[in-house]
Amino acid sequence: MSKMVFRAAAMLLFLAALVSWLARGANWGWTKTSVPVQRTDEVTGITVDDYQKRFVPGIDFLGAASLGSGILAGASLLIRSRQPQALS
Amino acid sequence: MKNRLHLFLALASLNCATYAAPQAFDFKDPKGVNNAAFKLDAPLEALSGNATGISGKVTFDPENPAATRGKIVVATSSLHVGNPMQQQHMLSDKWMDAAKYPEISFEATDLKNVRTPGDSTTADVTGTFTLKGVAKEITVPAKLTFLKDKLGQRVPNLKGDLLVIRSNFSIRRSDFGIMPGQMEEKVSDTIELTLSIAGASPR
Repeated sequence: MSKMVFRAAAMLLFLAALVSWLARGANWGWTKTSVPVQRTDEVTGITVDDYQKRFVPGIDFLGAASLGSGILAGASLLIRSRQPQALS
Repeated sequence: MKNRLHLFLALASLNCATYAAPQAFDFKDPKGVNNAAFKLDAPLEALSGNATGISGKVTFDPENPAATRGKIVVATSSLHVGNPMQQQHMLSDKWMDAAKYPEISFEATDLKNVRTPGDSTTADVTGTFTLKGVAKEITVPAKLTFLKDKLGQRVPNLKGDLLVIRSNFSIRRSDFGIMPGQMEEKVSDTIELTLSIAGASPR
Protein backbone atom coordinates (compact mmCIF):
# COMPACT_ATOMS: atom_id res chain seq x y z
CA MET A 1 0.00 0.00 0.00
CA SER A 2 2.79 2.47 1.00
CA LYS A 3 4.63 1.63 -2.16
CA MET A 4 1.64 2.68 -4.22
CA VAL A 5 1.28 5.93 -2.24
CA PHE A 6 4.94 6.88 -2.90
CA ARG A 7 4.67 6.07 -6.59
CA ALA A 8 1.42 7.96 -6.97
CA ALA A 9 2.94 10.97 -5.17
CA ALA A 10 5.98 10.83 -7.45
CA MET A 11 3.78 10.74 -10.55
CA LEU A 12 1.55 13.51 -9.20
CA LEU A 13 4.51 15.76 -8.39
CA PHE A 14 6.03 15.32 -11.83
CA LEU A 15 2.73 15.87 -13.64
CA ALA A 16 1.88 18.95 -11.56
CA ALA A 17 5.29 20.46 -12.34
CA LEU A 18 5.00 19.59 -16.03
CA VAL A 19 1.50 21.07 -16.34
CA SER A 20 2.59 24.21 -14.46
CA TRP A 21 5.66 24.56 -16.69
CA LEU A 22 3.60 24.09 -19.88
CA ALA A 23 0.82 26.41 -18.71
CA ARG A 24 3.29 29.21 -18.00
CA GLY A 25 4.85 29.18 -21.44
CA ALA A 26 7.22 26.18 -21.44
CA ASN A 27 10.23 28.36 -20.67
CA TRP A 28 13.45 26.57 -21.70
CA GLY A 29 15.55 29.09 -19.77
CA TRP A 30 16.01 29.59 -16.02
CA THR A 31 13.11 30.16 -13.65
CA LYS A 32 12.16 33.82 -13.30
CA THR A 33 10.22 35.70 -10.67
CA SER A 34 9.92 38.86 -12.73
CA VAL A 35 9.49 39.33 -16.46
CA PRO A 36 10.21 42.29 -18.74
CA VAL A 37 7.29 44.20 -20.20
CA GLN A 38 8.19 46.76 -22.84
CA ARG A 39 7.12 50.39 -22.51
CA THR A 40 7.88 53.10 -25.05
CA ASP A 41 8.01 56.80 -24.34
CA GLU A 42 6.12 58.53 -27.14
CA VAL A 43 8.11 61.77 -27.09
CA THR A 44 11.64 60.41 -26.94
CA GLY A 45 11.01 57.01 -28.57
CA ILE A 46 12.96 55.31 -25.77
CA THR A 47 11.86 51.76 -25.00
CA VAL A 48 12.39 50.35 -21.53
CA ASP A 49 11.76 46.90 -20.09
CA ASP A 50 9.70 47.30 -16.92
CA TYR A 51 10.08 44.20 -14.76
CA GLN A 52 6.76 42.94 -13.39
CA LYS A 53 6.52 40.28 -10.71
CA ARG A 54 5.45 37.01 -12.29
CA PHE A 55 6.58 33.45 -11.67
CA VAL A 56 7.76 31.74 -14.83
CA PRO A 57 9.11 28.23 -14.15
CA GLY A 58 12.14 27.23 -16.15
CA ILE A 59 13.93 23.98 -16.78
CA ASP A 60 15.58 24.16 -13.35
CA PHE A 61 12.06 24.03 -11.86
CA LEU A 62 11.24 21.03 -14.07
CA GLY A 63 14.56 19.44 -13.12
CA ALA A 64 13.94 19.93 -9.39
CA ALA A 65 10.45 18.41 -9.73
CA SER A 66 11.87 15.46 -11.70
CA LEU A 67 14.51 14.93 -9.01
CA GLY A 68 11.87 15.07 -6.29
CA SER A 69 9.61 12.61 -8.04
CA GLY A 70 12.62 10.36 -8.75
CA ILE A 71 13.50 10.33 -5.04
CA LEU A 72 9.91 9.47 -4.14
CA ALA A 73 9.80 6.70 -6.76
CA GLY A 74 13.19 5.41 -5.57
CA ALA A 75 12.01 5.42 -1.96
CA SER A 76 9.09 3.27 -2.96
CA LEU A 77 11.56 0.56 -3.99
CA LEU A 78 12.98 0.50 -0.47
CA ILE A 79 9.67 -0.29 1.06
CA ARG A 80 9.15 -3.99 1.53
CA SER A 81 5.88 -5.44 0.46
CA ARG A 82 4.03 -7.14 3.27
CA GLN A 83 4.44 -10.86 2.76
CA PRO A 84 1.23 -12.91 3.11
CA GLN A 85 1.41 -15.00 6.24
CA ALA A 86 1.98 -18.65 5.50
CA LEU A 87 -0.75 -20.97 6.60
CA SER A 88 0.38 -23.46 9.16
CA MET B 1 19.20 107.70 -31.56
CA LYS B 2 22.80 106.49 -31.37
CA ASN B 3 22.30 105.37 -27.78
CA ARG B 4 19.20 103.42 -28.77
CA LEU B 5 21.11 101.70 -31.55
CA HIS B 6 23.85 100.72 -29.11
CA LEU B 7 21.28 99.40 -26.67
CA PHE B 8 19.60 97.38 -29.42
CA LEU B 9 22.92 95.91 -30.54
CA ALA B 10 23.86 95.07 -26.97
CA LEU B 11 20.54 93.33 -26.38
CA ALA B 12 20.77 91.49 -29.70
CA SER B 13 24.27 90.22 -28.93
CA LEU B 14 23.13 89.17 -25.44
CA ASN B 15 20.21 87.33 -26.98
CA CYS B 16 22.49 85.54 -29.45
CA ALA B 17 24.88 84.67 -26.65
CA THR B 18 22.00 83.19 -24.66
CA TYR B 19 20.99 80.94 -27.53
CA ALA B 20 24.55 79.99 -28.39
CA ALA B 21 25.43 78.99 -24.84
CA PRO B 22 25.61 75.24 -24.13
CA GLN B 23 22.55 73.90 -22.36
CA ALA B 24 22.71 71.71 -19.28
CA PHE B 25 20.57 68.57 -19.47
CA ASP B 26 19.58 66.67 -16.35
CA PHE B 27 19.22 62.91 -16.91
CA LYS B 28 17.22 62.09 -13.80
CA ASP B 29 14.07 61.04 -15.60
CA PRO B 30 10.70 61.46 -13.85
CA LYS B 31 9.11 59.07 -16.37
CA GLY B 32 11.52 56.27 -15.51
CA VAL B 33 12.30 55.27 -19.09
CA ASN B 34 16.02 56.03 -19.03
CA ASN B 35 17.77 52.69 -19.03
CA ALA B 36 20.99 50.85 -19.61
CA ALA B 37 20.36 47.32 -20.86
CA PHE B 38 23.02 44.64 -20.61
CA LYS B 39 23.48 41.18 -22.07
CA LEU B 40 26.03 38.45 -21.47
CA ASP B 41 26.06 35.23 -23.44
CA ALA B 42 25.57 32.03 -21.46
CA PRO B 43 25.10 28.38 -22.54
CA LEU B 44 21.44 27.87 -21.63
CA GLU B 45 20.13 31.40 -21.90
CA ALA B 46 21.74 34.81 -22.29
CA LEU B 47 21.91 36.74 -19.04
CA SER B 48 20.08 39.96 -19.76
CA GLY B 49 18.57 42.77 -17.78
CA ASN B 50 18.66 46.48 -17.30
CA ALA B 51 19.37 49.31 -14.92
CA THR B 52 17.03 52.25 -14.51
CA GLY B 53 18.70 54.16 -11.70
CA ILE B 54 20.21 56.74 -14.02
CA SER B 55 21.30 60.28 -13.24
CA GLY B 56 23.87 62.76 -14.46
CA LYS B 57 24.30 65.99 -16.31
CA VAL B 58 25.40 66.71 -19.88
CA THR B 59 26.09 70.09 -21.46
CA PHE B 60 25.12 70.22 -25.10
CA ASP B 61 25.22 73.04 -27.58
CA PRO B 62 23.03 72.46 -30.67
CA GLU B 63 25.30 74.84 -32.57
CA ASN B 64 28.43 72.98 -31.51
CA PRO B 65 27.69 69.32 -30.65
CA ALA B 66 31.42 68.51 -30.65
CA ALA B 67 31.71 70.46 -27.39
CA THR B 68 29.36 68.08 -25.58
CA ARG B 69 30.61 67.10 -22.14
CA GLY B 70 29.07 65.43 -19.13
CA LYS B 71 28.76 62.47 -16.86
CA ILE B 72 26.15 59.74 -16.71
CA VAL B 73 25.83 57.68 -13.55
CA VAL B 74 24.06 54.34 -13.12
CA ALA B 75 23.17 53.11 -9.62
CA THR B 76 24.63 49.60 -9.32
CA SER B 77 21.77 48.51 -7.06
CA SER B 78 19.29 49.21 -9.87
CA LEU B 79 20.72 46.42 -12.05
CA HIS B 80 17.96 43.85 -12.52
CA VAL B 81 17.62 40.39 -14.03
CA GLY B 82 14.57 38.12 -13.94
CA ASN B 83 16.12 35.21 -12.04
CA PRO B 84 16.37 35.90 -8.28
CA MET B 85 19.47 33.76 -7.77
CA GLN B 86 21.30 35.44 -10.66
CA GLN B 87 20.21 38.82 -9.26
CA GLN B 88 21.69 37.96 -5.88
CA HIS B 89 24.94 36.71 -7.41
CA MET B 90 25.23 39.71 -9.73
CA LEU B 91 25.11 42.26 -6.91
CA SER B 92 27.28 40.21 -4.55
CA ASP B 93 30.91 41.01 -3.72
CA LYS B 94 32.14 38.36 -6.20
CA TRP B 95 30.55 40.08 -9.19
CA MET B 96 29.46 43.75 -9.07
CA ASP B 97 29.92 44.32 -5.32
CA ALA B 98 27.09 46.84 -5.27
CA ALA B 99 27.61 47.62 -1.58
CA LYS B 100 31.22 48.73 -2.10
CA TYR B 101 30.84 50.19 -5.61
CA PRO B 102 27.38 51.81 -5.70
CA GLU B 103 27.94 53.65 -9.00
CA ILE B 104 28.88 52.89 -12.59
CA SER B 105 29.74 56.00 -14.56
CA PHE B 106 30.82 57.37 -17.90
CA GLU B 107 32.34 60.83 -18.17
CA ALA B 108 32.64 62.19 -21.71
CA THR B 109 35.82 64.12 -22.39
CA ASP B 110 36.03 64.30 -26.19
CA LEU B 111 33.89 63.81 -29.31
CA LYS B 112 35.31 62.81 -32.68
CA ASN B 113 33.82 62.07 -36.12
CA VAL B 114 30.93 64.39 -35.31
CA ARG B 115 28.19 64.44 -37.93
CA THR B 116 24.97 66.40 -37.60
CA PRO B 117 22.38 65.69 -40.25
CA GLY B 118 19.30 67.57 -38.97
CA ASP B 119 18.48 67.29 -35.28
CA SER B 120 20.61 64.22 -34.69
CA THR B 121 24.33 64.05 -34.10
CA THR B 122 26.43 60.93 -34.34
CA ALA B 123 29.89 60.86 -32.85
CA ASP B 124 32.57 58.70 -31.33
CA VAL B 125 32.60 59.70 -27.69
CA THR B 126 35.75 59.21 -25.66
CA GLY B 127 35.50 59.22 -21.92
CA THR B 128 36.27 57.53 -18.64
CA PHE B 129 34.17 54.48 -17.91
CA THR B 130 34.24 53.46 -14.25
CA LEU B 131 32.98 50.06 -13.19
CA LYS B 132 33.63 48.28 -9.91
CA GLY B 133 36.16 50.94 -9.00
CA VAL B 134 38.22 50.48 -12.17
CA ALA B 135 38.40 53.52 -14.46
CA LYS B 136 39.33 53.06 -18.12
CA GLU B 137 39.28 55.35 -21.11
CA ILE B 138 37.01 53.99 -23.82
CA THR B 139 35.54 55.32 -27.05
CA VAL B 140 31.94 54.48 -27.89
CA PRO B 141 29.64 55.40 -30.76
CA ALA B 142 26.72 57.58 -29.73
CA LYS B 143 23.71 59.26 -31.27
CA LEU B 144 22.46 62.49 -29.74
CA THR B 145 19.04 63.79 -30.73
CA PHE B 146 18.10 67.34 -29.79
CA LEU B 147 14.35 67.74 -29.33
CA LYS B 148 13.72 71.46 -29.17
CA ASP B 149 10.72 72.58 -27.08
CA LYS B 150 9.62 68.99 -26.46
CA LEU B 151 9.98 68.99 -22.68
CA GLY B 152 6.42 70.27 -22.23
CA GLN B 153 5.09 67.16 -23.98
CA ARG B 154 6.68 64.96 -21.31
CA VAL B 155 6.32 67.19 -18.27
CA PRO B 156 3.21 69.38 -18.41
CA ASN B 157 3.60 73.07 -17.49
CA LEU B 158 7.33 72.92 -18.11
CA LYS B 159 9.03 74.54 -21.10
CA GLY B 160 12.37 73.45 -22.42
CA ASP B 161 14.28 71.03 -24.58
CA LEU B 162 15.14 67.35 -24.49
CA LEU B 163 18.32 65.55 -25.42
CA VAL B 164 18.14 61.85 -26.23
CA ILE B 165 21.37 59.85 -26.13
CA ARG B 166 21.65 56.33 -27.49
CA SER B 167 24.71 54.15 -27.55
CA ASN B 168 25.53 50.48 -28.13
CA PHE B 169 28.93 49.18 -27.13
CA SER B 170 30.69 46.26 -25.52
CA ILE B 171 33.13 45.96 -22.66
CA ARG B 172 34.99 43.02 -21.15
CA ARG B 173 34.20 42.26 -17.54
CA SER B 174 37.76 41.02 -17.02
CA ASP B 175 39.03 44.55 -17.83
CA PHE B 176 37.11 45.83 -14.82
CA GLY B 177 38.04 43.16 -12.33
CA ILE B 178 34.75 41.28 -12.49
CA MET B 179 35.73 37.63 -11.99
CA PRO B 180 38.61 37.93 -14.51
CA GLY B 181 39.33 34.64 -16.25
CA GLN B 182 36.68 32.86 -14.19
CA MET B 183 33.31 31.32 -15.04
CA GLU B 184 33.74 32.20 -18.73
CA GLU B 185 32.21 28.85 -19.69
CA LYS B 186 29.06 29.92 -17.82
CA VAL B 187 28.96 33.67 -18.45
CA SER B 188 30.76 35.37 -21.33
CA ASP B 189 33.56 37.85 -20.73
CA THR B 190 31.90 40.31 -23.11
CA ILE B 191 29.10 42.50 -21.82
CA GLU B 192 26.91 44.12 -24.47
CA LEU B 193 25.53 47.45 -23.30
CA THR B 194 22.72 49.55 -24.74
CA LEU B 195 22.19 53.00 -23.31
CA SER B 196 18.91 54.83 -24.02
CA ILE B 197 18.49 58.01 -22.02
CA ALA B 198 16.79 61.38 -22.24
CA GLY B 199 17.77 64.54 -20.42
CA ALA B 200 15.75 67.66 -19.77
CA SER B 201 16.79 71.28 -19.98
CA PRO B 202 14.00 73.44 -18.62
CA ARG B 203 13.82 77.15 -19.38
